[in-house]
Amino acid sequence: MIKMLIKSFSALVLLLSMASVVNATPVDTYEFKSPENQKRALSLAHSLRCPQCQNQNLIDSNSPVAQDLRLEVFEMVDEGKNDDEIVEFMTSRYGEFVLYKPRMEAKTYVLWLGPIGLLIFGGFIGFLFIRKQRIAETNTDELTSEDQQELDRLLKRETK
Amino acid sequence: MIPELGHFSLIIGVAFAMLLAIVPLVGVARKDQYLVRYAWPLTYGMFFFILFSVIALGYSFAVDDFSVAYVAHHSNSELPIFFKIAAVWGGHEGSLLFWVFSLSAWAAAVALFSKGLEEVFTARVLAVLAMILIGFSLFMLLTSSPFERLFPIPMEGRDLNPMLQDVGLIFHPPMLYLGYVGFSVSFAFAIAALMSGRLDSAWARWSRPWTLAAWVFLTGGIALGSWWAYYELGWGGWWFWDPVENASFMPWLIGTALVHSLIVTEKRGAFRNWTVLLSIFAFSLSLLGTFIVRSGVLTSVHSFAADPSRGMFILLLLGLAVGGSLTLFAFRASEMKSPARFQLKSKETMLLVCNLLLTVACGTVLLGTLYPLLIDALGMGKISVGPPYFNAVFVPIVLVLFGFMGIGPVIRWKKSKDGELKRQLLIPAVIASVVGLAAPFLAGGEFNIWVVFGIGTATWVTIMTFRAAYNMVKTKEGPVDMARLGRSQLGMIIAHLGIAVSVVGATMVSNYSIEKSVRMGPGISQELAGYTFKYIETKNVVGPNYTAQQGQIEVYQDDEYVTLLRPDRRQYNVRTMDMTEAGIDWGLFRDLYVTMGDPISRTEFAVRLNYKPFVRWLWFGSIFMMVGGFFAASDKRYRIKAKSTDTKAADKSDKLATA
Amino acid sequence: MKKLVLFLPLVVFLGLGVFLYKGLFLNPQKLDSALEGKPIPTFELEVLEKSGETLTNETLKGKVSLLNVWATWCPSCKYEHPFLMTLARKDILPIYGINYRDERALAIRELSREGNPYAINIYDHNGRLGLDLGVYGAPESFLVDHKGIIRYRYAGPIDSRVWKETLYPMVQELQAEAAKDGAS
Repeated sequence: MIKMLIKSFSALVLLLSMASVVNATPVDTYEFKSPENQKRALSLAHSLRCPQCQNQNLIDSNSPVAQDLRLEVFEMVDEGKNDDEIVEFMTSRYGEFVLYKPRMEAKTYVLWLGPIGLLIFGGFIGFLFIRKQRIAETNTDELTSEDQQELDRLLKRETK
Repeated sequence: MIPELGHFSLIIGVAFAMLLAIVPLVGVARKDQYLVRYAWPLTYGMFFFILFSVIALGYSFAVDDFSVAYVAHHSNSELPIFFKIAAVWGGHEGSLLFWVFSLSAWAAAVALFSKGLEEVFTARVLAVLAMILIGFSLFMLLTSSPFERLFPIPMEGRDLNPMLQDVGLIFHPPMLYLGYVGFSVSFAFAIAALMSGRLDSAWARWSRPWTLAAWVFLTGGIALGSWWAYYELGWGGWWFWDPVENASFMPWLIGTALVHSLIVTEKRGAFRNWTVLLSIFAFSLSLLGTFIVRSGVLTSVHSFAADPSRGMFILLLLGLAVGGSLTLFAFRASEMKSPARFQLKSKETMLLVCNLLLTVACGTVLLGTLYPLLIDALGMGKISVGPPYFNAVFVPIVLVLFGFMGIGPVIRWKKSKDGELKRQLLIPAVIASVVGLAAPFLAGGEFNIWVVFGIGTATWVTIMTFRAAYNMVKTKEGPVDMARLGRSQLGMIIAHLGIAVSVVGATMVSNYSIEKSVRMGPGISQELAGYTFKYIETKNVVGPNYTAQQGQIEVYQDDEYVTLLRPDRRQYNVRTMDMTEAGIDWGLFRDLYVTMGDPISRTEFAVRLNYKPFVRWLWFGSIFMMVGGFFAASDKRYRIKAKSTDTKAADKSDKLATA
Repeated sequence: MKKLVLFLPLVVFLGLGVFLYKGLFLNPQKLDSALEGKPIPTFELEVLEKSGETLTNETLKGKVSLLNVWATWCPSCKYEHPFLMTLARKDILPIYGINYRDERALAIRELSREGNPYAINIYDHNGRLGLDLGVYGAPESFLVDHKGIIRYRYAGPIDSRVWKETLYPMVQELQAEAAKDGAS
C-alpha cells in the first residue's frame, strides 16, 4: 500500500515537473558581447543536454537547471573560454550524460565506427551478390536484351 | 452500459480474430475450401465488432461519461467536441484500441480488395493479421483496457493534455498508426509467402500497393508530427532526433527500401529474400517503435506514461512476432537461384545500392537510438546520443544515397548501353555541381559545404527525375506521348521530386535560419532579417478552456506592412499548464515565427523572433511524396486479376522462375 | 554455410532482445553523479540562519555526513522532511543542509515551523554550490565520507525504504572506514 502511494506520488512529481518543462518556451534576453560569441554559445548550448529534462537541450528546456546552465555557458563563452573548457566544466559536474555528441572513447567506438562498419558490411554483401550475378551471366552465353525477350516469349509459350 | 457494450464488443472481435487465426489455416492444411472461405466473414465480423467498440468509446467521450477512467483522465466537459473525439486516441489505452482498430480495418480492406488474389494466399494473409491482432488485443484487455470504470465517479474530467489540443494532433496519431499497422499487411504477405513457399513476382505485385499505402500514411504521419512540433512546441525546430521520432523514422526508411525492393522482385524476380527480410524488418521496427514509446526504456519528450509491465508485454509480442518470423525466414527463405541476371551498370544494381544505403541509414538511427540503453545495460554509465551525432553520421549517408537516387530512374534494367549512361549523366552532373557551388554564395554570401551538397544533390535529383520522365514519354519516332506514363511512373516522378523539395527545405532552414531573443513591449521595435517587428500591445484572450495573453506584433518590410503576428501565452484552466502558441506568418520562401516568453516587467515580455527560410518546403515535399505514393499504389496493373496473364514484364520473369 | 547466413537476422534480433529486456529494469532518469569519488567542491557561503557568518567546504570534513539539498519551493522536499527529522533524532550521522536557490526568510520560517533536522545549513542563494555539485533538482542528497569525499548521490526524496535499503548500509560501511582511519 505504502509502496503504491510512493509510486503514485513519484508519478505525480514526474507529471508536475514535466508540466513545467515541456510546454512553455524559454526565451532569454542575454546580451552577447559579439555575434560570433552568440553563434558559438547557441550551438554549444544546443549540443548539451539538460540533465533534468525528458530529452531536451539547454536552449529548448525551460527547467531551472537548464536556465542556470544555459546562462553559465553564455557567460563562459563571453569570458573567452573555449568549447573544450566549457564542455569539461559541464561533464565534471553532470557527467557524460549532458553531451549530445558523445566523446570518441572506448565505450563509444561501436557508436562512432558502427555506421562505417555497417556500410562496409553492406557493401561487401552487395558486392558478392552482384559479382555472383555477373559470374552466372558469363557462364550462360551472352544474351542481348532482344534475345532475352525472345527467350522469355518462348518460355512463356511453353508454360502456358 | 455503453462502455460495457464496447468492452464486450471488443472481446467478441478478439474471439473472431482467434477463429480467423485458426480456421482458414486448418482449411489450407486439409485442403478444405469451405473452411478457407471462412476467412472472409470472420474478417468482416472482427472489423465490425472492433469498430463498434471504438464508436462506444467515442460515444463515452461525446457524452462526458467520466465514470470511464480513460475518459475522465483525458477529457473535460469544456473540451471542444472534435478534441473529445480525438482524445479517443490521445492516451495509452485509447491509442492501443485505435491501433487494433486500424489493424482490423487493414484486414477488412485486404479481404475486400483481394478478388484478384489466390484464395488460399489471402486466407493465410488474413490469418497472420488476426494473430497480430490477438496479441495486441490481449495486451489491451489484460493490462490497459480503455473501458475500465472509475468509482467514485468524478464530477469533472482531468482534461486532455493541452499539448494535444491541436489540429495537427487530431490527425497525426491516426496517420502514424495507419502507417505502422499498414506494414503489418506487407509483413503478413511476406509470412504467407514464406508459409506457402512461393516467393515470386506475383507475391511482390500483390504486396506492393499495400506497402505503398502504408508508406503513404507513415509519410503523412511523420510529416504531420514534424509540422506539429514546429508550430506547437514553440522552438521552431522540425526534427529533434528524439527516440520517439526515430521510432517512426526507422520503419519509414526500411519501408522506403521495401517499396523499391518490391519493384525489382515484381519486375525482375530478383532480391526475393531481401524483400521478405525488409517486409519483416519494417513491421518489426514498427513494433520496436511501439515498445520504445510505451515502455519508457528511453527518455523522450513525448512518450506515454512509462510502465515496465507494459514494456514486458510488448517485448513478449515483439519476440513472438519477430523471432517467429525470422525463424520462419531462416528455414524457408528461397534458396532458388535468382532467375534474373544483371550487370554492374544496371537499374538492379542502383536499386540494390539505394536499398543498402537506406538500410545502413536505418541501422545508424537504430544504433544511435538504442546506444544509451546498451551502455546502460552493460553497466557502463549513462550517455546521451543526440542531434549532433545523427547529423554527423546520417547526413553523409543520405547525400550519397541521393547521388544514386538520381541515376536509378534513368538507367536500364539488366545492363546499360555503353555510352548512353554517360551521355545522360554528364550534363546534369555539371549543372548540379554549378548550382550547388553557387547556392551558398547566393543565399548567404559565404561558402558552406553543407549547402553545396544539399542544394547540389537536390538539383541533381530534380534534373535526373525530369530526365527519367522524358525517357518514359518519348517515343522512338520522336514526339512525346504522355499516355506512355503509367500511374506508377508518375508516382515515382512526383515522389522523387518531393524528396528534392524536402532536401532544399531542410538545407535552407538548417543553415540560414536567424533567431533573436529580445525584450519587447508596447512601442518597442526590433529588426530581423530585413523585417521590422513592432510590438503594439498585449491583449487578454479567453478561449474555450484557457485564458491567454496575446502579443500584437506588426511586421514591416521596407516600411511596408506585411502582417500582424499574434503569439499567445496560454494558461489552461484544468491542468494549470502554461503553453506558448507561436505567432507565425507563413510564406513560400520564409516563415516569420514569434514566441512569447516570460514577462520581464509589467508591460514587457521576452520575445523570440525567428526567420525560417524555406521551412515549408519540408512539408510540401512530404505532400509530394504522399501524392506520388498514392499514384503508384493506384496503378491499374494492381487491379488486374492475377489469372489474366498479359505480356507484361512482370509475368515474364515470373514464368521464367517457374519454368 | 548459406543456410547459416539466413539465421543472422534472427541472431542479431535475439541479441537486441536481451538488451531491450534488460533495459526494462533500468531507469533512464536516474543519473550517476559525476562527483562520486571527488571531494566536495570548494565554496565559501553564509550560514542560512546568520547572515554574515561564512563557512567553507573544510567545515564539512571530519565526519561521515549526509549533505541534503533542499528548498521551500520544492514539493518533494516537504515530503522528505518528516523522515529527515526522524533520522536527525536517531543521531546516526550529521545532516548538512544546502538551502538551494531559496529566500532566507522563507527557509527560516519553514524550519521553525516544521522542525530543523540540519546540523548546519548552508545558504546557497544563487545556486552556485548546487551547480558545482551537479544538482539538477531538489531534493538531492550526498553521502560524504570523513575526508570530505562524495561517495554517493541520491536524487529524489529519501524515505525509510531508501534509507534502509540503499543509504544506511553505505553509511555503516563509511563509518567503519572512518573508525579504521581514526584508529591507525
